[in-house]
Amino acid sequence: MPVQSGPLFILRDIGKTFASGTVALKDVDLTVREGDFLSLLGPSGCGKSTALRIIAGLIEPSSGVVDWRGAPLACGDIGFVFQEPTLMPWASVFDNVYLPLRLRGVSRSAARDEVAQVLARVHLTGFEDAMPRELSGGMKMRVSIARGLVTRPRVLLMDEPFAALDEITRFKLNNDLLELWGHGDLTVVFVTHSVFESVFLSNRIAVMAAGPGRIFAEIDIETSQPRDEAFRTSPDYAELCRKVSGALGRAMGREGSEREVANVD
Amino acid sequence: MSTEAAPVRLSVDAEEQRRLAAERRDRIGRWALPIVILAAALLLWDRICVWNEIPHYILPRPGLVLSTLYSDAGLLLPALLVTLRITFLSLLLAVLGGVGLAVLFSQSRLVEMSLYPFAIVLQVTPIVAIFPLINIYVDNQTAKLLLCAWIVAFFPILSNTTLGLTSVDRNLIDYFRLNGATRWQTLRLLKLPSAMPYFLGGLRIAGGLSLIGAVVAEFVAGSAGQASGLASRIIEAGYRLNAPRLFAALLLISFTGILIFLVLSVVSHLILRRWHESAVRRER
Repeated sequence: MPVQSGPLFILRDIGKTFASGTVALKDVDLTVREGDFLSLLGPSGCGKSTALRIIAGLIEPSSGVVDWRGAPLACGDIGFVFQEPTLMPWASVFDNVYLPLRLRGVSRSAARDEVAQVLARVHLTGFEDAMPRELSGGMKMRVSIARGLVTRPRVLLMDEPFAALDEITRFKLNNDLLELWGHGDLTVVFVTHSVFESVFLSNRIAVMAAGPGRIFAEIDIETSQPRDEAFRTSPDYAELCRKVSGALGRAMGREGSEREVANVD
Repeated sequence: MSTEAAPVRLSVDAEEQRRLAAERRDRIGRWALPIVILAAALLLWDRICVWNEIPHYILPRPGLVLSTLYSDAGLLLPALLVTLRITFLSLLLAVLGGVGLAVLFSQSRLVEMSLYPFAIVLQVTPIVAIFPLINIYVDNQTAKLLLCAWIVAFFPILSNTTLGLTSVDRNLIDYFRLNGATRWQTLRLLKLPSAMPYFLGGLRIAGGLSLIGAVVAEFVAGSAGQASGLASRIIEAGYRLNAPRLFAALLLISFTGILIFLVLSVVSHLILRRWHESAVRRER
């Protein structure tokens, strides 16, 4: 597990109100440390994707700031993986992964090594010349992840990247993602609505609530076990899932939380 | 697949056999049927001429049309070249104008809102009705015909390319923005490739339209000596009751139209075959 270090960026009092009057986010404070694997977990409509887009700088917050600790963002500092693979269908795997470097003016020949390395990290060596339509859903997502990593970003933002995949493929990609993160130089913010996925992957989970979108609880996921297939069936994992599920249930409704409080009493 | 393990008893059930037979029938029928129909129609045409003793200046026999095509080639082929020149020049201008305007529209909502309605007005007004005006204001014969054919041909390219440029994956646009892409990079690497299938669809329509535009323009403009195209030859032959030449010229025009369509289809297929669903062979 990567060693914890200082904060990479801090969300301070982030709020977002859309012109329609919808309050997507209100008073969101969140610190992401270097080397974190932080999941934003919540029901649909809790503003977790909006939060991710604010971090990326794709949306301006209505109030508050994203504090990058005095190191302003440069091109390629953020890797982004969407729910869909979002590849250019007319371009080969190589060209898709090369894209962010190309946009920064890196020549094709200079990018060749970098692209080959990152494709090897997502187990796609040999597929450089394949077209996206020739790949399976899981492989397309690997290309998308490779594209997100090729600039060596300070943070990799992932917006429900595996939600559209079948479970077997998703488990495989979960393992591969952990392997990538395990090298220790990667910070990930991962949006999901799956308790099980977030517990398996994260070292920290921010549980979000809707109406207005806010952070309801932050939970550290601590386990002595390695995160492998055995972890998925371990009592530790079940216990952590129960804990996070409980928090999510409370986040999702006053009624639920009262019932839970009553049960505890 | 272990075909070697059971080479003999690879039984195909009755339904699959019917499906395979139907496929085979379709494959052959797609080519054979039109040819058979065409041959039958030509034969019928020929027989009607003979049985009813129709004079050749009313309805020539198919054989006579073909021999006229050969004997009048010296007259018809130069005319075809004139028409082709107008067709291709106007198609070229339609591509430049259509794509250029579409790119301009995609760069500025204001320009699009201001100009698009007028492009539609230009498109829905019948060209034959506009032509007398063009005739007054434009002196040069070639320019007249070009303008006319261009007005007919440019709109499908403009509307299709505009649609293509605005149908870009929103997430990819975000991704380009995230990586600090310039306007030019976004246009060249994202929007233009996205719009390519739409543009090629428009191009196929515009190819046929530019031929129609060139012929119609010449019809209304009238002939002008040695620079006259196929349309003038048709009018001329009509005045002289030279029906075989009329048919021969008509034949040339339709073949030209078919050829333009086929060439543009092949070009479109070659460009899209590696990635676009429309050009990718379906796998079962």
